[in-house]
Amino acid sequence: MKRFLGVLFGISILFLVIFFIDKRFNSYYREIFSIIGINIILVTSLNISNGFTGLFSLGHAGFMAVGAYTSALLDLPLDKKAMLLPNLPYWLGHISLPFLLSVIMAGFMAAFFAVLVGYPVLRLKGHYLSVATLGFMVIVRVVINNTPNLTRGAIGINNIPNYTNIWWVYFWVVITVYALWRIINSSYGRAFLAIREDHIAASLSGVNLTKYKILSFAIGAFFAGVAGALWAHQITAITPRAFSFVTTFNIVVMLVIGGMGSISGSIVSAFLLTLLPELMRPLEEGMVLFGYQLPQLYGLTQLIMATLLILVMIFRPKGLMGDRELSLKGILGQKSS
Amino acid sequence: MLRLENVEVYYGVIRALKGITLKVEKGEIVSLIGANGAGKTTTLRTISGLLTPKSGKIYYNDQDITYVPPYKRVGMGIAHSPEGREIFTTLTVYENLVLGSYLRNDREGIEKDINWIFSLFPRLKERLSKPAGTLSGGEQQMLAIGRALMAKPQLLMLDEPSLGLAPILVEELFEVIEDINKQGTTILLVEQNANMALSISQRAYVLETGSVKMEGDAKELQENEDVKKAYLGA
Repeated sequence: MKRFLGVLFGISILFLVIFFIDKRFNSYYREIFSIIGINIILVTSLNISNGFTGLFSLGHAGFMAVGAYTSALLDLPLDKKAMLLPNLPYWLGHISLPFLLSVIMAGFMAAFFAVLVGYPVLRLKGHYLSVATLGFMVIVRVVINNTPNLTRGAIGINNIPNYTNIWWVYFWVVITVYALWRIINSSYGRAFLAIREDHIAASLSGVNLTKYKILSFAIGAFFAGVAGALWAHQITAITPRAFSFVTTFNIVVMLVIGGMGSISGSIVSAFLLTLLPELMRPLEEGMVLFGYQLPQLYGLTQLIMATLLILVMIFRPKGLMGDRELSLKGILGQKSS
Repeated sequence: MLRLENVEVYYGVIRALKGITLKVEKGEIVSLIGANGAGKTTTLRTISGLLTPKSGKIYYNDQDITYVPPYKRVGMGIAHSPEGREIFTTLTVYENLVLGSYLRNDREGIEKDINWIFSLFPRLKERLSKPAGTLSGGEQQMLAIGRALMAKPQLLMLDEPSLGLAPILVEELFEVIEDINKQGTTILLVEQNANMALSISQRAYVLETGSVKMEGDAKELQENEDVKKAYLGA
């Protein structure tokens, strides 16, 4: 009961904050907050496989792409669909789903691909697994590039309706974080941890390795697909280039900085690493400081961010949070038992 | 209860087990002894399913389990406390024990068994909420055995339980193993400390480079001149 009230309290606070942002901030800042939310979904979901189960996947951008394209294909308005993609199969060319449904379908499609890929790939361990998942991401891009009838190839799909807003994003953030939280604290979560700690001991304790590895991979992919769909309807144009190594590495960096195995760490880090570069942008364009005109310094943001990352890795090698979670008790300085 | 027939296991091209045939009857303590590289650990890993034989059959309660995956074998009642105490070092002692009961649903039974394990190894109770990695070697060994017991096995396989323990602890540990056996668990024991192992076993197998060289009554093997010379250091 106490926990339920806590969750309710947290959600109401979040509701008020979003309400404030929605009413008071201009569209530029609203978009930044949407992207922050999308990154939170991406990083926390990657944490399930990479942080909690110890399967270091680099394929997250691939699942994002699957989600983005799936949702775009499902909910483009019919007239735009006829114009942009005249060669779609009849059934796909004549449906336009509501946004919520297309996002959910995007998640399931990404999860389906995760199961498909996971079955052969999750036999691998360590670096081999990372490289193989990276390979999956490349395959997704190549396939998108070469199926123009379905995806318009390298041109990409534009004119996607701008359904995503800050409300939708944080609706999904709450669902993602709550779902992942419940999973981590269930018997599934214990199986994931056991696999990460020692797969032989896990197997000898009766954990079905294949099943739980694929499950953790698929849960992560589901929310990556959701995030991809939200992202597509925020940016309103998607091309295969958008889901590249850079995208994957941004998510992985946020995960590592936040701390693998800490959901609150992922949230904090996604928030900071998305917001800071935006806040530093005026620096790049040159500004007047104490009557002195600073020169334009393009690339300064990346330099500062890179330095920060190195500093974090030196002083907190396990990330900001390690594998601990933020809690009120911790903040108030009480020792948790 | 457990029967291996002509089991051959390969690591790549290397034949590690060259046709092992052995059996374990209900209620027994059976020892596998032999030098390093004789195939003792490989035999246990094959029985628990971590390795799959190239040929030969494994029967458990007259059921062919040669190709049954490891997690199902745990459910059938085969528990394995592996060599080198593969415990979950960042999890607490309590969490380690709970993970051992992963396939069980009887909450009360689990609590009861945890208390039973604390009565076998009182040290573990003192370390209840400590990360398992901070335990001493002996305590980690107790935890590994305790975790295997949490699966409520009919057959418990112990791989080198005395490895790296002080002599006084070894004696204590073997008393506990006998105790576990008396309470109804069949035990298959792999030991470097052959003398100790033979003294609590009913029967034993002597392995040499992947095959069974001798088998028989543990007391008789203990008196056998060849065994004495090769493994008992007399």
